Formats: sequence, structure tokens, C-alpha cells
Amino acid sequence: MRFLGAIAAALLVAGAVGAAEIPQADRRSGYSFMKPDTKTMQDDDTANPGMLWVLDGETLWNRKVGSAGKACADCHGNARNSMKGVAISYPAFDKATGRPIDLEQRINSCRTNHQQATPLPFESRELLALTALVARQSQGASIETGADPQLAPFIAKGRELYMQRQGQFNLACANCHDDNWDKRLAGAAITQGHPTGYPLYRLEWQSLGSLQRRLRACITGIRAQAYDYGAPELVELELYLMSRARGMPLEAPGVRP
Amino acid sequence: MWLAAALLTPPAPAGAQALQPYAVVGDAIPEPLTNARGDISRGRALVVERSSTCILCHSGPFPEQKFQGDLAPDLSGSGNRWSEGQLRLRLVDASRLNAATIMPSYYRVDGLTRVGALWRGKPILSAEQIEDIVAYLVTLRE
Ligand code: HEC
Ligand code: HEC
Ligand code: HEC
Repeated sequence: MRFLGAIAAALLVAGAVGAAEIPQADRRSGYSFMKPDTKTMQDDDTANPGMLWVLDGETLWNRKVGSAGKACADCHGNARNSMKGVAISYPAFDKATGRPIDLEQRINSCRTNHQQATPLPFESRELLALTALVARQSQGASIETGADPQLAPFIAKGRELYMQRQGQFNLACANCHDDNWDKRLAGAAITQGHPTGYPLYRLEWQSLGSLQRRLRACITGIRAQAYDYGAPELVELELYLMSRARGMPLEAPGVRP
Repeated sequence: MWLAAALLTPPAPAGAQALQPYAVVGDAIPEPLTNARGDISRGRALVVERSSTCILCHSGPFPEQKFQGDLAPDLSGSGNRWSEGQLRLRLVDASRLNAATIMPSYYRVDGLTRVGALWRGKPILSAEQIEDIVAYLVTLRE
């Protein structure tokens, strides 16, 4: 498979960190590192704050906007049917730009091209709500991102970024999430960094947030220069992480401490 | 939480001026980076302060600190295991001792990639802070 070939090639050249990839059987969602009360909060729709965004998303889904005067529902019908299993393949290859785009960017491209409305800002309540609504329709389905062979070079780039030491602390993502995932960084459990729950509600944020927000936080945490929202590098990291999580169930909207 | 610790840290007081020169002898920096001796109690305060980042990874004899890391050896007994000069090099640039270490180099500005604008050109700790911490670590004799 070309996908695996690209990973193998990246393994040979990267070498920046001596990390071994986590074997399939040992992969664990961030969920499994949480305390029981936080797990319950995620599991129970009436307690999961992320469901408020999903509900907002339903309202927005049916609202006509832009100069085309169309709602998402006008083209896609009921999200529960049409959006089922969509999020498990994102980021996906976008023919128009010849690059991977994530779910937020996919939704914004419908805003721009099909609704003829202005794109929604990253981390805006509306964009998070629509993303949560779409992602929610894949809850429990296995992640498939990366199956498209056109994505291979971008996955390899994401992996390179993941393995690269950076910032004033000179740490790579892999130093924490591959090499030390069973340990604690002061009070925080270091997870394997699987992006299975996004967008998710973080108690620390008091809000839903995107995977890009989480990645920017880790990058700033090691005192490196965070990439801007929507930057190709962030999408490549998202893509690598999602392809690394292939076969794991999507949990969006997740909850994290 | 660890991120907040990093973000709330004021940029190192060292500023962007050149680093103090130092000489590595074997696995140590025998001479202090500053003329004044390090202060033991300031050193302890620095180590337990989350913004210094030590206890994100290390634990130690700090009963008042609820959250301590377990990515790195317990700091108890550091002064038995290492000389002052060895501790100084460990803090200044641990990667000289172990190229694969995850312990950041606290007094180094070169050879780093994509350092954020707030921190660029500055060491994580100042020469004075390094000396304070070294003075404290030397006293950790189990
Ligand atoms: C110094 C250690 C460290 C480094 C380096 C680091 N992270 Fe993290 N990361 C953490 C901690 C701690 C958390 C928070 C765990 C939690 O509470 O969800 C986290 C959370 C995450 C999550 C969320 C997982 C979830 O279940 O929601 C992802 C994804 C992630 N990191 C990816 C990355 C990427 C990509 C990089 C490199 C750009 C990186 N991290 C660098 C420590 C680190
Ligand atoms: C005028 C029709 C139209 C409207 C309105 C529209 N879309 Fe789309 N959407 C499409 C088409 C056509 C595609 C297929 C890709 C393309 O051509 O852009 C698509 C693709 C998508 C996909 C990717 C599906 C996949 O399988 O990868 C998502 C997600 C999506 N739309 C969400 C939305 C959301 C959310 C809204 C409202 C904010 C919306 N769309 C509004 C026509 C529309
Ligand atoms: C990101 C993780 C990390 C941070 C932050 C960190 N260290 Fe370390 N430290 C390590 C690791 C791992 C070792 C083990 C040896 C090695 O890998 O180089 C170590 C080793 C040490 C040792 C030698 C321990 C022994 O007895 O063998 C001392 C002393 C030390 N660190 C002090 C500090 C101090 C003081 C700070 C803060 C100013 C600090 N460290 C910050 C990871 C860290």
C-alpha cells in the first residue's frame, strides 16, 4: 500500500527522535486516561457540555445564509443521514486546492462556494457548532483518515513535524506522546495524543475547542512558535494524527479535563 | 495545566544579552556563571515554582506541591549523586551529557528550532537563577 510505503520512507529519513510508534494493540484514547466522573460526563449526553454545540449546530444547519440563500439542509438534507461517517475520513484530500483540508475547512468551503457566505472564523461558536454536529454523526465509527493515496506525502510531512524537536524546550510531540504517554507532566496525564474526540469540551477551556486549538496549545507549551489557524502545517499534523488513529472509534464531542 | 505554567512564565529576566561564557571540564562546569554565590532558599523557591518547569517532570522533597511529574528522576539526593559542577552542566545544557534527553537546556540559545517570538534569543533561566538552583540542589542529601 502506498500509504504504508510513505510511512516507512518517513521512518527511514526522519530519525530526529528515536521514537517507536505505538503498536496497534496498545493504542488508547485520551478518554481512557480520565477520571470516572469526567468519563461519565462525556458518556452522558445530558451531562456532556459538547452537546450544547451539537444542538446549536442543528439550528445553524437549517438556517439559510449567504447570497445563495441556502441552508446546509437544502443540499444535504438531514445531517443524521447525510453526515453519517463523514468525519472519520477527515482531513481529506481537496481537489480544488490539491491539499488536505480538515472538517472545519470543508464546512467553510461549502459556506463560501455553495452558500456564498463569508467563511466562519476558526474557533467561532458557529463553526465549532457545525463541526460538532457533523462529527457527532460519526460517533462510534472507526477512523479511516488517510486511505486516499493522494494524502501520503502530506501524512509524511505531518509525521516529520511530529518527530521534530522544536521550541525553547526543544521537545518533539513524540517525546511526550510516543515515549512518555504513561507518565504525568505535573498534574496532567500524558496521553498518546489521539485526536479521537474533536471538537471537544475542555474543562480547562470552559468551552468546546478544535483539534487545531489543542495542537497550538501543545506547540506554545514547548515555547515554539504556534502556526496560525488553518496553516498547512497544522492540517498536516491533524492528518498524521488522524491517520495514526486509524481503526479507533471517533468520540466527538469528547470531554477532557 | 502544564501549558498554563509555560504561558504564565514571564520571559526569562536574562533578556537578550549574550550568555555568560563558561568552560566545560569533563562532565561538569566547575566555575559559577556569576560572581555572587547562589542563594539556597531562592533556589528552592525556583525549583518548586511551576513556571520554572522543573516539577512538571521531576518530583522531589516538596511536600507542599500536590502535583509533581514522573518523567524524570526524583531530585532527592541530587547533592549526593552529583558535584556542584556536574549539576551546573546538567542545568545549563543537559543535552551535552545525553543527546537524547528530554530535559531542556536551561542556559542555551543556539541550535534550537522555531522558538516562539516571546522566548527567542533568551535562555530559559538566567545565570543567577541557575546558580541559585545549583546551590539548592547541592543541599539535597537525602
Ligand atoms: C511536554 C509534553 C508534550 C509535548 C512535547 C506535546 N504535548 Fe500534546 N499534550 C500534552 C499534555 C500534558 C496534554 C494534555 C493531556 C490532556 O489532559 O488531554 C496533551 C494533549 C494533546 C492532545 C489531545 C489528546 C486528547 O485526548 O484530547 C493532542 C492531540 C496532542 N497533545 C498532540 C500533540 C502534538 C501534535 C504535539 C507536537 C506539536 C504535542 N502534542 C506536544 C503534552 C505534550
Ligand atoms: C448548494 C449546496 C450546498 C450547500 C448549501 C452546502 N453544501 Fe456541503 N457540500 C455540497 C457539495 C456539492 C459537496 C461535495 C463537495 C463539493 O463539491 O464541494 C458538499 C460537501 C460537504 C461535506 C463533505 C462531505 C464528504 O463526504 O466529505 C460537508 C462536511 C459539508 N458539505 C457540510 C456542509 C455544511 C455544514 C453546510 C452549511 C454550512 C453545507 N455543507 C452547505 C453542497 C452544499
Ligand atoms: C521535560 C522534562 C524535564 C524538565 C522540565 C527538567 N528535567 Fe531534569 N531531567 C529530566 C530527565 C529525563 C533526566 C534524566 C537524565 C536525562 O535523561 O538526561 C533529568 C535529570 C536531572 C538531574 C539529574 C538527576 C539524577 O540524580 O540523576 C537533575 C539534578 C535535574 N534533572 C534537575 C532539573 C531541574 C533543576 C530542572 C528545572 C530547572 C529540570 N531538571 C527540568 C527531565 C527534565
